[in-house]
Amino acid sequence: MVRQSLQDKKSVYGAAPVQDPVSSHTLAVIVDNEPGVLARVIGLFSGRGYNIESLTVAETDHTSRQSRITLVCSGTVHVIEQIHHQLGRLVPVHKVSNLTLEGTHIERELALLKVVGKKDKRIEALRVADIFRARVVDSTLESFVFEITGTTEKVDAFVALMRPLGLIEISRTGVAAMSRGKEGVHNGE
Amino acid sequence: MATKNMSTKAQPKMQLVKTTPQVKAKTAKSKPVMVFDKKTLTGAEIVIQALVDNGVDTIFGYPGGAVLPIYDAIFQQKKVRHVLVRHEQAALHAAEGYARSTGKVGCALVTSGPGATNAVTGLTDALLDSIPVVCFSGQVPTFLIGTDAFQEADTTGITRQCTKQNYLVKDVKDLAKTVHEAFHVAKSGRPGPVVIDLPKDVQFAPGPYQSPEDTDISRYQPRTMPDLSKIEAAVELIAGAKKPIFYTGGGVINAGPEAAKLLAEFVQMTGYPLTSTLMGLGAYPMSDTQHLGMLGMHGTFEANWAMHDCDVMVNIGARFDDRVTGRLDAFSPNSKKIHIDIDPSSINKNVRVDLGIVADSTEALRAMIAVWKKRKYKANAPALKQWWAQIEKWRSVKCLSYKNSQTIIKPQYALERLQSALSKDKREVFISTEVGQHQMWAAQFLKFDQPNHWMTSGGLGTMGYGLPAAIGVQMAHPDALVVDVAGDASILMNIQELSTAVQYRLPVKVFILNNQWMGMVKQWQELLHGERYSNSYTESLPDFVKLAEAYGGVGLRAQTPDDLDRVIKEMMKTDRVTLVDICVDQKENCFPMIPSGKAHNEMILSPDAEKFDKTLV
Repeated sequence: MVRQSLQDKKSVYGAAPVQDPVSSHTLAVIVDNEPGVLARVIGLFSGRGYNIESLTVAETDHTSRQSRITLVCSGTVHVIEQIHHQLGRLVPVHKVSNLTLEGTHIERELALLKVVGKKDKRIEALRVADIFRARVVDSTLESFVFEITGTTEKVDAFVALMRPLGLIEISRTGVAAMSRGKEGVHNGE
Repeated sequence: MATKNMSTKAQPKMQLVKTTPQVKAKTAKSKPVMVFDKKTLTGAEIVIQALVDNGVDTIFGYPGGAVLPIYDAIFQQKKVRHVLVRHEQAALHAAEGYARSTGKVGCALVTSGPGATNAVTGLTDALLDSIPVVCFSGQVPTFLIGTDAFQEADTTGITRQCTKQNYLVKDVKDLAKTVHEAFHVAKSGRPGPVVIDLPKDVQFAPGPYQSPEDTDISRYQPRTMPDLSKIEAAVELIAGAKKPIFYTGGGVINAGPEAAKLLAEFVQMTGYPLTSTLMGLGAYPMSDTQHLGMLGMHGTFEANWAMHDCDVMVNIGARFDDRVTGRLDAFSPNSKKIHIDIDPSSINKNVRVDLGIVADSTEALRAMIAVWKKRKYKANAPALKQWWAQIEKWRSVKCLSYKNSQTIIKPQYALERLQSALSKDKREVFISTEVGQHQMWAAQFLKFDQPNHWMTSGGLGTMGYGLPAAIGVQMAHPDALVVDVAGDASILMNIQELSTAVQYRLPVKVFILNNQWMGMVKQWQELLHGERYSNSYTESLPDFVKLAEAYGGVGLRAQTPDDLDRVIKEMMKTDRVTLVDICVDQKENCFPMIPSGKAHNEMILSPDAEKFDKTLV
């Protein structure tokens, strides 16, 4: 509190504003796949103090060398709007879509989990995997590697259940997302 | 590196289809004016040719190992003048001064490593003030990148956040189109700095040249035309206003002289008051009574109060900077706000507005004037009369008044005498400033009636900006009178540029308001830190007169108010760079002022201002 009042009185910048509630949004960003483009996007987030929860990127159109970045970011409505516009003005960015705002959308994440265990734990792991429709993609006598796809929540739940069953390693892709219905995210060219 | 000569193998299919026919077509068409008389150009020659084709006649720079091929190419041609600065930061500021005073893209050339890192401040300055600049930096050869080679720095990495866009050109066949795109990006939409990092082997490599006309730059096409329905809504709101105000910024200057003309037309058509940001000074004539002066932290009383009490605010090309708004939750609480900006991310960034319009100021103003005329709108005359009466009351406070002295030069008085001399001079006058108290006083006391005649570091607040910027201005306008209003601390940040001014015979005038303090720092320490003047006093200033002479310029000094006019008169006559040491009152502070965390209606006035009548508000 003392610090706060000092800031109010003495800083040339005044006091920090009161924060609005924070929510999570999924953005699809179509970019030119050129050197530094990812650094530019990430640098924007770190430079302006925005939060990234997950980010996936891969080239989606080899002929025009365009990539799709799917970003899950959190912030106040105001911050999310800023993120949208700040991304939009980058030169290599063709299109930014806020999937959370633009109607319903589907999100999927893929995860690989290595679970090590014997006897009951091993059987239980298989049983839980079956319930979650996770596939066994590698197996030894003492371990499994499971592949699971689903929403972030589903993957989180699966990971939580596997933890006491000998989970030793996780690799997650982050969210890939797409809007429902016939409208696509095109770059408008 | 082998010449590919537009070989098709390495190129993706799209490019093959696009470029090959164009290159062929070009040879068939009328040839562009070639700088170098040969068929294949080296990377360095491509750079020069691309500069010429993009209308560049002057480039500011400093050589070094990694840019020697380009310097060699510069040596062998006459189309592009190179101005040798004494520090890379100054090259960027000079390019900014050149750009702001001409409306063209400014150009700089620096070497790798320290050359590029020195340029970072200038690039950031150009980014925050939206100045179109293209900076070429040398880089170690491609095969040495990433090895911590001599004078290697990750220039694209370092400058990514302080440029609008940057490029590392690894293949000479991408060079010409990269340069053309860089110029397009620098000047389109919200202007800004662009860096092109050029490895030395790419500068040596022979490659194809394509002209700007043959280059596809369509991927970056920011919106400039306004949404007409929003313009109609805006004009309706403006026409219905009882207590309106125009709040205009650097965007109007950046949009070009046409925007300033249209602004004047619209403002006069409506009869509404106008206030301008620091960056926007000159877009609307300050000598006109509808101009309330600058707003913001050190803006005028009438401008800030009008902003606070208005019912409709029309922001054109300004960005609700924290120096302008003061306390955000108390900023103009009862107004409908219209914001016209070319950058969508500026709208609703700091202040939520009621109507955001993404457009170039010129187009928006043109459209607004058309709607106003078409719908035969008229201002609400009785309400406007009352509003002006209120504004005149605020004006009568005379917030810029100060107590003059017979014995000691007040900085405000020095600027008033300077303004008086400038207004009598027949030459075109350009003013640049450094950063600090003198900058605010210059904004308050000098009169700017035309756009592009005022260069100051607004966003970044870069001490050391003014002298190199003035050099850039003078290079573009050899016959003009260019004055850098400086402080004793700021000027020392790029004092070495006196040498540049002497070398190119640039008669830049440096008007130093010398109070031996970092004045603005001192002012904050005095008002907010219990008068503990930590490190803001300069104990060992140089003798500026002797310093000027040592560099080969002219040094003048005024110590009493009586000296002022004589010294200014002498300054105006010199044909060389001139340092004028005005020894001003060390105690003077810059008022009025909105203290931090306060709103526009909580300004403090100079203790010397005429007694402020609280009943006025």
